[in-house]
Amino acid sequence: MDTQVNKLAFDGGWQYAPAPESTDHVTVDERYGLFIDGEFAEPAGGKYFDTVNPATEERLSQVALATEADVDRAVAAARKAYEGPWSKMKPAERGKYVYRIARILQERAREFAVIESLDGGKPIRESRDVDIPLAAAHFFYYAGWADKLDYAYPGRRARPLGVAGQVIPWNFPLLMAAWKLAPALACGNTVVLKPAETTPLTALKLAEVVRDAGLPPGVVNIVTGAGDTGSAVVSHPGVDKVAFTGSTAVGRMIMKAVAGTGKKYTLELGGKAANVIFADAAIDQAVEGIVNGIFFNQGHVCCAGSRLLVQEGVERELVARLKRRLATLRVGDPMDKNTDIGAINSQEQLGRIESYLKLGVDEGAEMFQASCPTPDRGYWCRPTIFTGVAQSNRIVQEEIFGPVLAIQTFRTLEEGIAKANNTPYGLSGGVWTDKGAKIFRMTQKVRAGVVWANTFNKFDPTSPFGGYKESGVGREGGLHGLGAYLSLES
Amino acid sequence: MSAALRPQRGQLPDLSRVTAVDETGVEERVARFRTRSIKTSSKVEALKLVLSMIDLTTLEGQDTPGKVRQLCQKAIHLHDSMPGLPTVAAVCVYPTMVAVAKRALGEHRIAVASVATAFPSGMAPLKVKLDDTKAAVDAGADEIDMVISRGAFLQGDYGYVFDEIAAIKEACGDAHLKVILETGELSTLDNVRRASVLAMHAGADFIKTSTGKIQPAATMPVTLVMLQAIRDFHTETGRMIGMKPAGGISNSKLAIHYLVMLRETLGTAWMTPEWFRFGASSLANDVLMQLQKQATGVYQSADYFSLD
Repeated sequence: MDTQVNKLAFDGGWQYAPAPESTDHVTVDERYGLFIDGEFAEPAGGKYFDTVNPATEERLSQVALATEADVDRAVAAARKAYEGPWSKMKPAERGKYVYRIARILQERAREFAVIESLDGGKPIRESRDVDIPLAAAHFFYYAGWADKLDYAYPGRRARPLGVAGQVIPWNFPLLMAAWKLAPALACGNTVVLKPAETTPLTALKLAEVVRDAGLPPGVVNIVTGAGDTGSAVVSHPGVDKVAFTGSTAVGRMIMKAVAGTGKKYTLELGGKAANVIFADAAIDQAVEGIVNGIFFNQGHVCCAGSRLLVQEGVERELVARLKRRLATLRVGDPMDKNTDIGAINSQEQLGRIESYLKLGVDEGAEMFQASCPTPDRGYWCRPTIFTGVAQSNRIVQEEIFGPVLAIQTFRTLEEGIAKANNTPYGLSGGVWTDKGAKIFRMTQKVRAGVVWANTFNKFDPTSPFGGYKESGVGREGGLHGLGAYLSLES
Repeated sequence: MSAALRPQRGQLPDLSRVTAVDETGVEERVARFRTRSIKTSSKVEALKLVLSMIDLTTLEGQDTPGKVRQLCQKAIHLHDSMPGLPTVAAVCVYPTMVAVAKRALGEHRIAVASVATAFPSGMAPLKVKLDDTKAAVDAGADEIDMVISRGAFLQGDYGYVFDEIAAIKEACGDAHLKVILETGELSTLDNVRRASVLAMHAGADFIKTSTGKIQPAATMPVTLVMLQAIRDFHTETGRMIGMKPAGGISNSKLAIHYLVMLRETLGTAWMTPEWFRFGASSLANDVLMQLQKQATGVYQSADYFSLD
């Protein structure tokens, strides 16, 4: 199909007026301490760092930099709470606290959504409709397990592990905190959580929720900082279990740090998922799935569908449709309710993405970017697609973690499977076809923790999530997620 | 727009090449349109656009010349106490009322649309349908809203449906032809897409969802599938086809969501009454009420808006 001749116009005419989400109802303190033993405290070193709104480059707040001494205190508080009230509490009582967190999150959903978008740059539509509701859903789901662990593992006795050290990334700040906290608490563990340095605010607000929910002091401790703080948390000898979500490089360091210590660990790392489109797929819906797969949350998604594999007969048509669809994506102010793609999370990440854009062009791929305007200040990257790429290109092999899609073709189902699996990662995958048999073939053969059929980026607390190969170790979510926080005795 | 198509009987397109439609995916896309937030100036502009796109409709067995004249008055004078309002695009009536409507509208640039072809069931021989169409055209109808033979379509007799549309198109002469698919009887979105392609190739100037006599009438998922079919037909042939969702769109918010869907699917060229219509009877007053609210900040009671 030749879109050059009969092109549609999406500029001009009736425009959407700005529809900014109000921020009046939100208070962000000038400065946040560390949440240790049930209260906010100054960091031992007295140092603070800025957290910035990536859409405006303005400082939102200052956050305490936790040192080893602070982590010591946090782990000690967590240990005391574990030995004291938390592990001895009746499971049904423990469940009530977790339910309470879920309900308070729901009540304060709007506030959390606004802060998530201010601090992280994601569109308010996503933080409102995805991040916050899913975070609450995780607490609700695991709260229900608290007094049913014996039924989850019939014939065995499930016991908590102790203190969990948890380090989470900046792409889904509150949601990742929920993924980590909810199963840990429901199983009777106590927690030291370190949020990412660029997005600490919703975790600190969650500390307020934990306090308001009346959890015993020390059950949840939140220490803010950068890589050194995270390293202090995971390598602390008082930590019994390590849970990490983030880059594969850091995941490797953590594996080394916990090797031989007897600590249990789960690592949820990078991905380079293949989204496989067969010629018989419902093409307009597939285009939506591709857009949702790679441009959701600016592509800052470990399970993003960053490699598109299209059956060769429909490649031209699909790419033409995709390019046309990019023209209607709205990039800009994350607080505007009509924004589809918000700001890149940090200057550092923008630099990384831009270096990959340059690399792609240097590798000889053809780059296409949406023509949408971007604001003058802040960190922005237009939705980008690369065509004419090969398996040997680095933009096909490496995780970019941005709104960048590499498009390849395949001829047979076997070639599609081979290409999909030809990656060091294995977190997720997608298949689009009108034929059920092909869906079964693909889901059996694609080595990835989750394979979506005729949809993408769907999450639910009842469903396990995790990777093969360099995408990680262990599973989070669902019944599988419980096991990571329990020791099972027969 | 390129030269008008002259469809010939027997030129059925290859419907096996029509793309599959995934219902869940369509519903998700529609849900995204419905999250668009349309406020302030953009809302006022949209509301006026909606008014200008309405085919004000009365299709009752009990219609009388008096009622049709009242409807025409309303079409011209939507709400005279509010200056700067457009008129509606057309009034839509049965063939026997076309002459009455034509006289009542006089020199005003409001089209008269007439349903024809044994509306709403379409269960009549082709000859009767052609006579019905010609009678409406002879009485002065500017637009003909025909119904397809759903029975034949569902039986897979696409050739019959194609030829029938092509024949009616010929009988229309200069009148525009809107082809009603009656999507509430087509049961799947795949059928909706296939019927849209068939109708456009057979000479439809507009494709229309529903008669309003069958539930469900227009829905956003059905309309999206039809808009996507229009888009692809335009890509292939360069011809623009109009779209008319009809029935079930009775409030402003929903109508604005349709505009959002139109804008993001077909772009700005279709954002005029020439290419998009709402078939509705009670929508106009709700839009007027919202416009009044935008202007004054308060809602007026329904009694302040004429009921014709």
